[in-house]
Amino acid sequence: MSGYAADVAALARKDLRLELRARDTLPAMLLFVLATLVVFHFALPARAGDDPAYGLLWVALVFTALLGLGRAWVPEREDGALDGLVLAPCDRSAIWLGKTLATLAFLVAAEVVALPAFALFFAPLRGSALAGVALADIGICAVGSLVAAMAVSSRTRELILPLLFLPLAIPLIVGGVGSSVSQHGSKYLLFLVLYDGVFTILSWASFEYVVTE
Amino acid sequence: MSVKRVPVSAAAAGVVGLMAAALVMVFFVAPEDADQGISQKIFYFHVPIALTAYACFGTGAWKALRLLSTRDERYDLESYTAVHQGTIFGALTLLTGSIWAKASWGVWWTWSSNQLVLFLVLFLFYCAYFMLRFSLEPGPRRARLSAVYALFGVALIPVSFLAIRLANDFIHPTVFTRHGAQMTHTMFAAFCVSWAALLALAHLMYRIELLGKRIDANLRDLREALTPV
Amino acid sequence: MLIRAREVEKRYGPVRALRAVSFEVAERGCLLVTGPNGSGKTTLLRLVCGLAAPTRGMLEVGVDRSQLGFVGHEPLVYRDLTALENLDLYGRLYRVPERRERIGMLLERFGLWDVRNQRVSAYSRGMTQRLAICRSLLHDPRLLILDEPYTALDDEGAAVLDRELDALARERTLVVATHDVGRIGPLAETRLALA
Repeated sequence: MSGYAADVAALARKDLRLELRARDTLPAMLLFVLATLVVFHFALPARAGDDPAYGLLWVALVFTALLGLGRAWVPEREDGALDGLVLAPCDRSAIWLGKTLATLAFLVAAEVVALPAFALFFAPLRGSALAGVALADIGICAVGSLVAAMAVSSRTRELILPLLFLPLAIPLIVGGVGSSVSQHGSKYLLFLVLYDGVFTILSWASFEYVVTE
Repeated sequence: MSVKRVPVSAAAAGVVGLMAAALVMVFFVAPEDADQGISQKIFYFHVPIALTAYACFGTGAWKALRLLSTRDERYDLESYTAVHQGTIFGALTLLTGSIWAKASWGVWWTWSSNQLVLFLVLFLFYCAYFMLRFSLEPGPRRARLSAVYALFGVALIPVSFLAIRLANDFIHPTVFTRHGAQMTHTMFAAFCVSWAALLALAHLMYRIELLGKRIDANLRDLREALTPV
Repeated sequence: MLIRAREVEKRYGPVRALRAVSFEVAERGCLLVTGPNGSGKTTLLRLVCGLAAPTRGMLEVGVDRSQLGFVGHEPLVYRDLTALENLDLYGRLYRVPERRERIGMLLERFGLWDVRNQRVSAYSRGMTQRLAICRSLLHDPRLLILDEPYTALDDEGAAVLDRELDALARERTLVVATHDVGRIGPLAETRLALA
């Protein structure tokens, strides 16, 4: 494996191992997403039909992701571990990529439960919807990891993360909902690919500036 | 630091002149719209204000890029001021847009105007920019994080616009028809004069604000230097 | 000269964390930084290792990140990983050759071999500090920057560190900030007292 890939793998593995030990973030995300789906049942008027439910699925996913992202950099914040990583000779973007991949793994794990639950409680999910979820996950984790790292430096950590993240998540929600309900789902999938392309590259390139002075 | 510079007082006079010219052109020279009447005049301000806001955000992002590549902290203040101006003009866009909607269609808000919705999203984004900035201690970290976020903002503009257009397919808002964009020559002239006036105004406000901030910073440095060791 | 500093100053907005300092450290030299709390010792060390950039002045450090070892106020390790896992991660990132052997050797030298598979959260402060020192020595750095390394160490730990620094001072460049002038004093060629 090339040096960069090896660094990313080591870092992602570290995050997975930490979560396996602590076991706090993933169970919380799972429970949160299920609870949110149940809340939505009560929040949707009877005549609403299927489409609003798809919209709410995306709200649930984005907020569940936010929950996970709020915890993403906590291990680094404790005991100054982030300084340790920044001092290492590896590319700083590798730190971001490792974290993004690990967060992606947790989000997908939560969705493995959430999506069947949604299909059970509300309405079936077709192929383009699932593809939309997969593509949006990439965007959520890529941008989310970067923005969460910014929030960690701030005095108002937990408060500022949703504020920084949500405007950036709006296009993802459009893409996701569109791929779930629209006739021309592929148009929305292409849009999600565009979003992922633009913002993944931007996040990858700018992480260096977020963690160094 | 700054090269040839038109003194602020001269620039201010220029802006006043341009604004006066714009007002004259909009209210006296440009023909009145057959259907919407006088309320259509808002268009001569709403759209240039929006364009000026884009220009400010673009400037903010450019200065941010300069900060990140040169590490010169001078660009931090410039980027911040530009974003600040952009947000002011963005808020004005929403305001004028709302007034126009009320005058044209009788509602204070409509989701059918893509530009208006885009500005709502951008407004949220740049408000978060200020919240981020205020929650950080002054220094290189704050400068860098602000710069990165400003760059994300500018990337968000086209992506959001595309998203909003795509969203119209499944959101089905009540579509209000607006008359076509064929402008007569005088209308176009009035539009351009108005836009020039607003850009000049934005630039002037930018310079004044930046001046004020620099004076603050210099004062602080001076105080620091004079404090007995 | 491995490190060259001229009128280096650090400010965070209006707050001046480090007043202008100038010094030079030769290869294989040893710089001792002293001063009361708040005088900027930690800030200076962070500037030298590159975690912060000076606001004013010129600072040249002739090594890159792969040749630099740092022990700060915080141990820079992951609490929920074991000593072995922590060092393995850093060993990979620093591309340490014969990683496993080197980790084993360091853990043994600092008396952590028996607890290598315990999570760092179970360690005492002294043990954590020893692990932090191991981490900084893992890649055999040319330049070692230590911020109050004797903190929390018991007599035994301090003795081991003494031995290490003694051996290192001959071959490597050291920058140490400490209150404990007696320990490093003999090694230090240059001293920098921050007011």
